[in-house]
Amino acid sequence: MSSVLNSKVPEGPLAEKWEKHKFSVKLVNPANKRKYDIIVVGTGLAGASAAASFGELGYNVKAFAYQDSPRRAHSIAAQGGINASKNYQNDGDSTFRLFYDTIKGGDYRSREANVYRLAEVSTNIIDQCVAQGVPFARDYGGLLDNRSFGGAQVSRTFYARGQTGQQLLLGAYGALNRQISNGKVKMYNRTEMLDVVMVNGEAKGIITRNLITGEIERHSAHAVVLATGGYGNVFFLSTNAMGCNATAAWRAHRRGAFFANPCFTQIHPTCIPVSGEHQSKLTLMSESLRNDGRVWVPKEARKGLTAKEALNIPEEERDYYLERKYPSFGNLVPRDVASRNAKDVCDEGRGVGPSGLAVFLDFADAINRDGEDLIRSKYGNLFDMYMQITGDNPYEVPMMIYPAVHYTMGGLWVDYNLQTTIPGLYAIGECNFSDHGANRLGASALMQGLADGYFVIPYTIGDYLASQPYEKVGTDHEAFDEAEKTVNDHLDKLLNINGNKTVDEFHKELGKIMWDYCGMSRTGEGLKKASGMVKELKEEFWKNVKVVGTADELNQSLEKANRVSDFIELAEVMIQDALDRAESCGGHFREESQTPEGEALRIDDEYSYVSAWEFTGNGAAKLNKEDLVFENVKLTQRSYK
Amino acid sequence: MLNLLNEAINRTGIKADKTIKNLNMNLTLKIWRQKNQNDKGGFESYQVSDVSPDMSFLEMIDVLNEDLVKEDKDPVHFDHDCREGICGTCSMVINGRPHGPKEGITTCQLHMRSFSDGDHITIEPWRAKAFPVIKDLVVDRTSFDRIQQAGGYVSVNTGGAPDANEIPIPKRIADEAFDAATCIGCGACVAACKNASAMLFVSAKVSQLAMLPQGQVERKTRVEKMVAQMDEEGFGACTNTGACAAECPKGIDLSNIARLNREYIGAKLKSENVS
Repeated sequence: MSSVLNSKVPEGPLAEKWEKHKFSVKLVNPANKRKYDIIVVGTGLAGASAAASFGELGYNVKAFAYQDSPRRAHSIAAQGGINASKNYQNDGDSTFRLFYDTIKGGDYRSREANVYRLAEVSTNIIDQCVAQGVPFARDYGGLLDNRSFGGAQVSRTFYARGQTGQQLLLGAYGALNRQISNGKVKMYNRTEMLDVVMVNGEAKGIITRNLITGEIERHSAHAVVLATGGYGNVFFLSTNAMGCNATAAWRAHRRGAFFANPCFTQIHPTCIPVSGEHQSKLTLMSESLRNDGRVWVPKEARKGLTAKEALNIPEEERDYYLERKYPSFGNLVPRDVASRNAKDVCDEGRGVGPSGLAVFLDFADAINRDGEDLIRSKYGNLFDMYMQITGDNPYEVPMMIYPAVHYTMGGLWVDYNLQTTIPGLYAIGECNFSDHGANRLGASALMQGLADGYFVIPYTIGDYLASQPYEKVGTDHEAFDEAEKTVNDHLDKLLNINGNKTVDEFHKELGKIMWDYCGMSRTGEGLKKASGMVKELKEEFWKNVKVVGTADELNQSLEKANRVSDFIELAEVMIQDALDRAESCGGHFREESQTPEGEALRIDDEYSYVSAWEFTGNGAAKLNKEDLVFENVKLTQRSYK
Repeated sequence: MLNLLNEAINRTGIKADKTIKNLNMNLTLKIWRQKNQNDKGGFESYQVSDVSPDMSFLEMIDVLNEDLVKEDKDPVHFDHDCREGICGTCSMVINGRPHGPKEGITTCQLHMRSFSDGDHITIEPWRAKAFPVIKDLVVDRTSFDRIQQAGGYVSVNTGGAPDANEIPIPKRIADEAFDAATCIGCGACVAACKNASAMLFVSAKVSQLAMLPQGQVERKTRVEKMVAQMDEEGFGACTNTGACAAECPKGIDLSNIARLNREYIGAKLKSENVS
């Protein structure tokens, strides 16, 4: 193993690691916790739950969100549900099974110990959320209901209609509000983090911009926690919110935090297809729909087939390709498999809709079997959303879906304590790379966000803080001067270019390059080409971008430019990483590496490692490898047949 | 507008039966512009052409903003984020109605197929004393956060929870609590109300937690504190016109306000706290 990276995974049997670790980490005495300040950036599931839990423990917390309220973080949009190995359905679930499914679903590119811990604390999350008043779906006996989800053969997904993320986030928002009202958390809305302040190689504060006044502010603390989500918006079109960005994580990377597996992005199979050039974002239709919807295309190519015309296609002329190719998982194969197969049938020319870039998701059988009312009670809001966007009624005609960028498994490299390679800087939730390997299973993002925030970081951060002096670094320290200057210079530069192309034009070009060459399917040749294209785009951006307004006012044009400048740099590392990994695994499909049947072919001998990229400042990042050791699962070629 | 689509079609190698028809519209927008909180503000008119019926309303404004930036003008500032109707950020009064002419959706879910060629569309920010305008269509809704901070939660520390199935909750109650809990905190209820009352917003959280067993311990103090904060923020009184529920994008029912009143009176009769 490379000497730079120490995962700090505790010794001992898998099932005992976390218990043992909790006992061995240093504790901060309850009376001393009030002497430590923690900064939490981002207030989604991970950030809000962490900030609330820190406050409850007695730490002083400053929490930051670019949104106008912590309740608006994009966790709110998660639809389907949250996994937990409660085994309430008596169908054979267990901590080990959830661990196994997650490791296998991630195509053996995640760290065993972290994933096992995730499965272990999953049950506590459900208890916690119910106690907060989260109204999960229940059966007629009043007990919690479950549904099944892609990549699993048990029913372990807890849900609140199609709005599980909303209900969980509002639960965490409530817990956060309680600490705000107790004075333990100070909340900064509409404030964006633009740099980490490094003192003697450790994170001791951040620089922020107040988005209303434009004021650049300095915040000092004993530790900094980033919970700033993923970087799917590199692709311009994704299911992320418009404001989701990589700036906090990227600026931390520039300061020394390694970026792990950046090329592992998840393309979600069930999104509403693109309708035109004006498209600003894509809307996800929850994967839970695949429980009852059947995916198909016509056996013979039918040009421009509409949803209405689909009703006239007889059964024998339909190809339910997932059921045909994967009889044991059928429509519930994991996301990467479902996405790639949709792309394949469209590449064969059998796609439907005006663009030919769509497949059907059909509920006719489910409605016949269970009745429209039951289907409405399960998916009512999703069907309404679909109708609103497309004008088609999915109770009468099949939906049309196509894959879209949804989640990023890659993120800042963290050890078992969720600490990045910068001491005192932590990353939690989608912001880190920790638990999902090369592919995330459905209903596992909410689980990971809350596991990190409620049940992992509140313990592990103490280990670092216990060794820190009570006295904080003052914001007049020269490190703050330097960081503030870096931030101001960057903003000034953007405002002074006065070019001819808008930020969105650059962003769309970047997205297209990444979708075409670093998306669902990649080749070495394509990636090399993309690398050159992004380099050119970056040069042009810094010569020709047009940003209006000034830095000392609410300026959405400047905000966007600042974020896109980071997306471009991140895209370069994503391509570098994709190029290095000449195997197919999970969401990363290298065309050079496939089985005779066209399935992804992993190459464990060469690529069983986490790629952790180190910023060098000279355009090419440096690769550090963390070898993945599997002691408890046998690596198999994933098969969902 | 159709370039991308037609290009995509070409890329698949399929010959489309027909090129996609152009049903695009030309519109006149009258938009509230206000430089900052101290500026008086006023309406300005803009022409937008070639608007596709498949665009969302916000995408139409994106296109306008791209044009404004190219002309070196300040783009129209507006709040938006998830663009799928759940974060509650977007907030426009369109032709006099919060979130526009269609029921049960947010501004970001409104599509241009709801409009016709030649339409004049007036776009304003939420208007309420408790929601001061920050810039153009962006308003400050932190008053909503402060109401929630006053008591919109169950006081349970992390780790202190019993097994999730220990207390069965009848499905009917769980479903009704869920319906109240779907409030997205956008503020359309306030914008729709002639008194700028926040009763529907407050009632949604009070109802959710009053119905669930977990909310019982703080049931009385919660409603007292939240209502006190609501009054302090300068929201108006409720006169039961029902405009709030009519415009709510999530269909929060007016009966929640009845429950809030009942909870409040009940709490005040046996007050345990709050001055």
